[in-house]
Amino acid sequence: MMEWTSFDTWIVVTGMLSAMACALLGNYLVLRRMSMMGDAISHAVLPGLAIAFIVTGSRGSLPMLVGAILIGIVTAFLVQGIFRLSGLDRGASMGVIFTTLFALGLILIRQAADHVDLDPSCVLYGAIELTPLDTYLVGGFEIPQAAVTNGAMLLFNLLFVVAFYKELKITSFDPALATTLGINADLLHYVLMTLVAATTIAAFESVGSILVIAMLIVPGAAAHLLTDRLGVMLGLSLVFAALAALLGHVGAITVPTWFGFRDTSTAGMMAVMTGVLFLLVFLFAPRYGVLSRVIQQARLALKIVGDDILGLLYRFQEMAATGTAPMHAGDFREALKQNWPVRMALWRLSRRRWVRRVENGFILTDEGLRQGRGIIRSHRLWESFLCGKMGYCETDVHTPAHHLEHFTDEKMQSRLEDAADRPGQDPHQRAIPPAS
Amino acid sequence: MSPRLLILTPLGLLLWGAFDPSWVAAAGLGEHTLAWPSSEELLRVLTLRDYNTRVVIVGTTLLGLAAGLVGTFLLLRKRALLSDTLSHASLPGIALAFILLTALGAEGKNLLALIGGAAFFCILGTGAVIVIQRYSRLKDDAALGIVLSVFFGLGIALMGIATRMGSGNAAGLSSFIYGKTASMLFADAVLIAVVALLAAICAVLFFKEFALLCFDADYAASQGWPVTGLDFLMMTLVVVVTVIGLQAVGLILVVALLIIPPAAARFWTYSLKHMLWISGLFGALSGLFGAGISALMANLPAGAVIVLTASLLFGVSLVFGSTRGLARRGVERLRLSRRIRHENLLREIYEMMEVCGLSPEDAELDCALPQVTMDMLLSRRSWSHGQLRRALARGMAAGLLASDGRNWELTAAGLEEARRIVRKHRLWETYLIEHADVAPGHVDWGADEIEHVLDADLVAALEKRLPAEVLQQMPASPHHIEPVQGEAA
Repeated sequence: MMEWTSFDTWIVVTGMLSAMACALLGNYLVLRRMSMMGDAISHAVLPGLAIAFIVTGSRGSLPMLVGAILIGIVTAFLVQGIFRLSGLDRGASMGVIFTTLFALGLILIRQAADHVDLDPSCVLYGAIELTPLDTYLVGGFEIPQAAVTNGAMLLFNLLFVVAFYKELKITSFDPALATTLGINADLLHYVLMTLVAATTIAAFESVGSILVIAMLIVPGAAAHLLTDRLGVMLGLSLVFAALAALLGHVGAITVPTWFGFRDTSTAGMMAVMTGVLFLLVFLFAPRYGVLSRVIQQARLALKIVGDDILGLLYRFQEMAATGTAPMHAGDFREALKQNWPVRMALWRLSRRRWVRRVENGFILTDEGLRQGRGIIRSHRLWESFLCGKMGYCETDVHTPAHHLEHFTDEKMQSRLEDAADRPGQDPHQRAIPPAS
Repeated sequence: MSPRLLILTPLGLLLWGAFDPSWVAAAGLGEHTLAWPSSEELLRVLTLRDYNTRVVIVGTTLLGLAAGLVGTFLLLRKRALLSDTLSHASLPGIALAFILLTALGAEGKNLLALIGGAAFFCILGTGAVIVIQRYSRLKDDAALGIVLSVFFGLGIALMGIATRMGSGNAAGLSSFIYGKTASMLFADAVLIAVVALLAAICAVLFFKEFALLCFDADYAASQGWPVTGLDFLMMTLVVVVTVIGLQAVGLILVVALLIIPPAAARFWTYSLKHMLWISGLFGALSGLFGAGISALMANLPAGAVIVLTASLLFGVSLVFGSTRGLARRGVERLRLSRRIRHENLLREIYEMMEVCGLSPEDAELDCALPQVTMDMLLSRRSWSHGQLRRALARGMAAGLLASDGRNWELTAAGLEEARRIVRKHRLWETYLIEHADVAPGHVDWGADEIEHVLDADLVAALEKRLPAEVLQQMPASPHHIEPVQGEAA
């Protein structure tokens, strides 16, 4: 049974604030194709933290922040420098730098461990469950220190993004244009990296250094699949981040109980929830989702099969010259070499009342006849045009016409007719039906 | 500031800070500093007298070798960061295997089961990266980041459950994150040895195929190579090395072993075959020295020291690498700019002497040849006083220039050399005017850049394309040459 206390509320609030602060900057990492830079920085801040601990001997927020910002700048410079000097690709340059810094951080933490209460696992995946214990008194309310820190970071990032909205946008999409407009793209890059480092540190206590990257990248990536507008993308990523934090904590205290366990790490579940949200968007996004694209393609495929059936029926009736000759469903399957799509297309055509099932097969209705005539008209006009005007006569003229007939509307038909000098017949001496 | 300095200073400081215990002492950790080993301890480690040390050192050395070999292909395939994603993605596999085993009442820390779980999730992660890349508009970096963080988050959540389980002892599981080199068992070392052998065999057997895949996958596909299969084999090797390395050095630092040694090896050679073995060697050296240093000094985690050793090798290679190292490239650049100044100097003097006729040799008798002074040369080109003086001195030393201390002239050999240089310059100018429609007034600059790299073959090819009359003697300059400023002798 789930028990919700003010403790849980504060955990969720802290998680939301840090996730939103990260997600806001993460949008730009995704757009600049530097997602892994977030990963690199979040690993590389470890020595910065350790040095701050060792030098000050405390876990105060300010020295931590200073150490992290310094190391963030150093990381960005080192990666850029190695990338330019060594001829390695950007990924490898990052890999060299952040693993080195991380190893250095581990050693320093080990050295400092006797002096300062500092556990690498705490740094790596945070202790959000403990954040409500450490509170500030703000205006009579006890507010967790982590919530204040992350809230301040979110506010700062918001101010930065609003103040430099245009500059960030231009440098993200077209750095060359930005340079010609007099915007210092390099400087903005380093400022962004510094802010990422600072945000990472602020989020440390809640989600830990490695899970920060989930908050940095995944909400932005999900938002990117939903929209083409930067402003909307920023807003959506904030919503995703907040949602992931809420669902993450709820998941952490409920999901394990289904399997008979008590609870699990909230930070871990927050990252999992960003993944779940991403998966949903990945599948169901209206334009860029996998499923919607599959549906679009299936629809198109069905339309084409339906067109082909109408065409076949029209031709058959034309040859039979009686006007109402039925054709079997099996004939369509054989002619189109498809089974299920034909069945579905026939069902669709019947539902639209373009074909009618009679005793021994299918016939066209009046509307179906009109549609079929349109398709055959397109087909034969294309054949005439391709043969007469484009020198296709010697080659197979049927196949390209067959492809094009599905995408030719009435306006185009009449243009084609003019362009092909109003032929009465196609190259195979069959009459081209008039426009209806 | 020079970018080179910018890189090397912090890197050097960091490495120095890591290895010099006095720095840590200064930071107020006096009594907790690294204890330098006694000579006795040193001897014990160096001679591998300890059974435990022997196992660890052999294990890490072989792991470094295997990672170096496999990482080379990974690096050249521009997928270095995939190893990062893979290693993070393995965590849920480890935790899940442990939970399932414990729930079934078996011993949770069965190494093979844990490794199997890790490998399974590595493959799942790779699949997810490929699917995201192919079926969405997101690029490779976002796909890597998403899979890395979400899988790792799942791993942390599962670990949370594992540690809260009543039965089973999950305490050792975190060694997969940070590594637990010092407690490597004989069985682990054997496993690593087998994998290293496998990696080496594959690297040799499939060398040609992998090389083709790395440098031109499309060409390989068009030639009928089973690119997907080869890619899969390569990734399988990466997964195997990653998984084996997980518990030796930890999931974050195994990435370093896959990336840093090959990156360092690139500075020493242009040949893939050599790079492969240098990378393997660097990996092995990192493992050897890293584990050795860690065994000698208490309180230094072996995984981190191994990585820092590799980073040190990288730093040294970056600077001193014999083919792409900064020092080598710097020297080459210096040599080139010296040669360019030398050639420019000879051409300037020649062109100044030319005022009296086609060449200084057959100058008209009543024409006074100008005296060439430093000031005159300085005014004709944008070179600094020092540069010019050094170029003059080098010309003198080579016997191409003669001087009375104030005025400079070409010796017979210098004249010969200068004629060769000026001829190249003017041939190229003529070529640009005749064939590239460059205006005569603009042609000087274009030719200025190319003349220094024209070799004999190119000059011969140029001569073939140009009208015969310019080839008879020294072609006249197609553009106006600034007359000598200053007094004539």
